[in-house]
Amino acid sequence: MLKITNLHASVEGNSILKGINLEVKAGETHAIMGPNGSGKSTLVQVLAGHEDYEVDKGEVSYLGKDLLELDVNERACEGLFLAFQYPVELPGVNNTYFLKSALNAQRKYRGEPEIDAMEFMDLISDKIKLLNLKDSLLKRPVNEGFSGGEKKRNEIFQMAILKPKLALLDETDSGLDIDALRIVAGGVNAMKSKNNATIIVTHYQRLLNYIVPDFVHVLVDGKIINSGDKTLALELEEKGYDKIIMESKA
Amino acid sequence: MKQESETEMLKEYAEQEYKYGFVTDIESETLPPGLNEEVIQFISKKKGEPQWLTDWRLKAYKLWLKMEEPHWANVKYPKIDYQAISYYSAPKNMKDGPKSLDEVDPELIETYNKLGIPLEEQEILAGVAVDAVFDSMSVATTFKDRLAKKGVIFCSISDAVKEHPELIKKYMGSVVPPTDNFFAALNSAVFTDGSFCYIPPGTRCPMELSTYFRINEPNTGQFERTLIVAEKGSYVSYLEGCTAPKRDENQLHAAVVELVALDDAEIKYSTVQNWYPGDKNGKGGIYNFVTKRGACRGNSSKITWTQVETGSAITWKYPSCILQGDNSKGEFYSVALSALKQQADTGTKMIHIGKNTKSTIISKGISAQNGQNTYRGQVMIKKSATGARNYSQCDSLLIGDQCGAHTFPYLDVKNKKSHIEHEASTSKIGEDQIYYCKQRGISEEDAINLIVNGFCKEVFKELPMEFAVEAQRLLEVSLEGSVG
Repeated sequence: MLKITNLHASVEGNSILKGINLEVKAGETHAIMGPNGSGKSTLVQVLAGHEDYEVDKGEVSYLGKDLLELDVNERACEGLFLAFQYPVELPGVNNTYFLKSALNAQRKYRGEPEIDAMEFMDLISDKIKLLNLKDSLLKRPVNEGFSGGEKKRNEIFQMAILKPKLALLDETDSGLDIDALRIVAGGVNAMKSKNNATIIVTHYQRLLNYIVPDFVHVLVDGKIINSGDKTLALELEEKGYDKIIMESKA
Repeated sequence: MKQESETEMLKEYAEQEYKYGFVTDIESETLPPGLNEEVIQFISKKKGEPQWLTDWRLKAYKLWLKMEEPHWANVKYPKIDYQAISYYSAPKNMKDGPKSLDEVDPELIETYNKLGIPLEEQEILAGVAVDAVFDSMSVATTFKDRLAKKGVIFCSISDAVKEHPELIKKYMGSVVPPTDNFFAALNSAVFTDGSFCYIPPGTRCPMELSTYFRINEPNTGQFERTLIVAEKGSYVSYLEGCTAPKRDENQLHAAVVELVALDDAEIKYSTVQNWYPGDKNGKGGIYNFVTKRGACRGNSSKITWTQVETGSAITWKYPSCILQGDNSKGEFYSVALSALKQQADTGTKMIHIGKNTKSTIISKGISAQNGQNTYRGQVMIKKSATGARNYSQCDSLLIGDQCGAHTFPYLDVKNKKSHIEHEASTSKIGEDQIYYCKQRGISEEDAINLIVNGFCKEVFKELPMEFAVEAQRLLEVSLEGSVG
């Protein structure tokens, strides 16, 4: 589904990613862990197409297409979804209306008819229960006045409606209490299928207790220095990043 | 990444042409340029006016000669040569006025169709009575009969002068006298047509009244005059919408709108204005110098101005309320967009005279490309206005970094037992907001529309339903040139 080859990227001239290689197949869940400043967020932003991030070298192939050639909204329409670490507020823009616009933009891109209002409301009421969100949030402007936890749950709610093929979760666990974490993880797990894949970016292992990854990668200074199964995350938690870095250098 | 840079996007969209830029080829009877007493007499005679009105015009003209064009507004434009403007133009084969739409020049109907406002459909579907003004002469008036049954008068000012001279004599110039300002004086001297609307006591006007204005003749100033009188306990909602064909020379438009609300009467006046804004270099476009004022003369009367201003090269417009009657209310809801090289200086005046009078001002200014948007508002609380209240909210939204937003609120409070609140904000559409929308699959253009519509929501909800949709569409069309 996704193949990243020797990816180098920089922000304002500072080289951040220094040769990432990663392959993600449909049905897989990958976790990328690493200390602050290792390039985790840069990686997901480059994949999503943020224009502040410059790709210096390398290739990214996604569903047989050159991902780096696509505009941000085209990538989204091709099924790439980013759950933001800091979801953006859109004052005055109704949450439901926003989501319907997004879904219809994606359907239009795929040559499908627009969803009608009734169908959409059914879809919404189904998914809102899954994320345990208050109905009132649907009528409010996007993310405006939402609590930190509500924002994160709203991201996963959007994901549940848009049904991406590849979901990137950027520090989705940060700022969540244990109950919210369970709900968010439950939402992500409910969407898991053999046709889609998930990349989770996180500092901590605790999210991975709820969303169990097939692969864990350790990202340090713009490179993946170690890959393994879910036990690698536990090892990281136990030993700390420094030790793993030392070991991998040895 | 192959992402289009902001400037490239901007350039691409900016090059799209004004959608409504076309000229209708209809033979016109047009006066040569110039203004003098003979011209005024010609207009008055052409319209078969009584002597008192000819005199009224001439008096206004003499006043105007002594007045100076105001230059305090935050707009810049080349000096206007008032002698280079033609002051009368009427579609030639319309002299006798059509009895029904069948009698209307098909090309004219086609013009309206291009604008997406087919009269036939409006008659049948929207239930809106349309007094369409094509240049200076009314060409189609509909639903007159249905309105007449309720005693509502809705006709052109010219007809009203003939058929209801007592009402015209009593009310015309009573809210905006010819002495009011330079452009009002000019309008009083040379106004060619416009709408008159009278709602009898205790009557709720059975439909929204609507007028589409359109400027078509090259170098013809448009001097419309509208008068709406709502008698005791009556209600009317009036819609005014405009588009203009593309033109290179600047066109002057100096309209006057007067509203009178008596005891317990309510007038809602909504405008969607989309006159040609000029091109990306600031060439062409309409100069819109309008005087709009409503008098809440009766106790517990109410006047609401709602405007969506997306067009014109220069806008100079302050729809105001004189809150004379006790417990009367004035409201002003405005969305003003300045893109390209447009300059808008707009706002309102709320003059509190009666006791417990209330006013609300919600102004949303949007600046894009090289647009300059100014809010200028005055809240005046006279000594007599005990218990008066005002709430003002002025928000500005900037798109790009070449545009400007300015706010000039003036307060003049003479009564200590009054209450004034003012809130203001300026924000910029964030790259992060656009990115967020795009990451969900929404295109850049739609993202901006979404954010702008969110910004304007408080005003749009004041517009009648069908107008709100049109306003949204206009904003989208106008913003096509300003993505970035």
